Amino acid sequence: MEAAAPDRGGTVLPELSSVPWRARTDKRWLRRWGRIWLAWTTLYTVPFIAAGVLIVALEPLAAPVTLAAFAHAWIIPELYAYRGASVVRPKGARSEGGEANAQGFLGDLLGHEERELQRRTGLALERGELGVWVVGEAGALLVMGRRRVHCFCVRASDPELPPSDRVAHLLLALREDEEGFATVANHAFAGAAWRVRRRLPRGMRPALDAARQAAR
Amino acid sequence: MARLVRMDGSGHTTLAEWTARDDAAFEAAVEEFRGHLELGYIGTLPDGPGRATHVRELPREAGLVVMRRPIAGG
Repeated sequence: MEAAAPDRGGTVLPELSSVPWRARTDKRWLRRWGRIWLAWTTLYTVPFIAAGVLIVALEPLAAPVTLAAFAHAWIIPELYAYRGASVVRPKGARSEGGEANAQGFLGDLLGHEERELQRRTGLALERGELGVWVVGEAGALLVMGRRRVHCFCVRASDPELPPSDRVAHLLLALREDEEGFATVANHAFAGAAWRVRRRLPRGMRPALDAARQAAR
Repeated sequence: MARLVRMDGSGHTTLAEWTARDDAAFEAAVEEFRGHLELGYIGTLPDGPGRATHVRELPREAGLVVMRRPIAGG
């Protein structure tokens, strides 16, 4: 492992041993990936916009082609954002049998406001050193500085868990070792918070709004 | 009363309860804890708002220890 410095809980996440090749995901790593995603987005959108402008300048009757080029420039980042937002969508078998029990347990781990938010949205808000996290059943969003969001795919290994227990698993692991949690998780997307918000189910958006507010 | 709980399909299950003065109950809890470590569970001690600690031995003075499954990138 490249770096194993403990953070929040003073412990190193044991799951890190399953990904020994990964560099520890710290603030610097996240900023670098944020810049790479921004450059990548620029690289695949600017040519479509430039081509659209050029086409209509050369031949005004080709305006429909220009519109198609602009649509590509808009749709491709939206697809990436959809992929990012999907990390917190409910997934897999619901195993609802123990949900009431699990909900009570998860509620005990959260503060009053976070508990209410989780019951409304299904997502748990957690303030960390890297930013403000929004934790779902099978993934998490990390809001850094209000405008940028990193999306991570990560889940508990037991598929029989009720939804709130899945959130509790991720929350406890995050609290043990925040950077370790981000390292074990698969990074799915980094980009504008407003773009991810548009792709979230409507009922989950208040959780991202609260995280952006808390990240001020 | 301290508790050792496992997160599972039922939400959570209490595996053992003990007090710092009750050696027999604590030893029974330690057995449960070690048995679950062998099954691949991870011991976590929630120790305050926003904090948790990975534990390899059951702390006698803990109020709550949670056995959870490992997480992995999805």
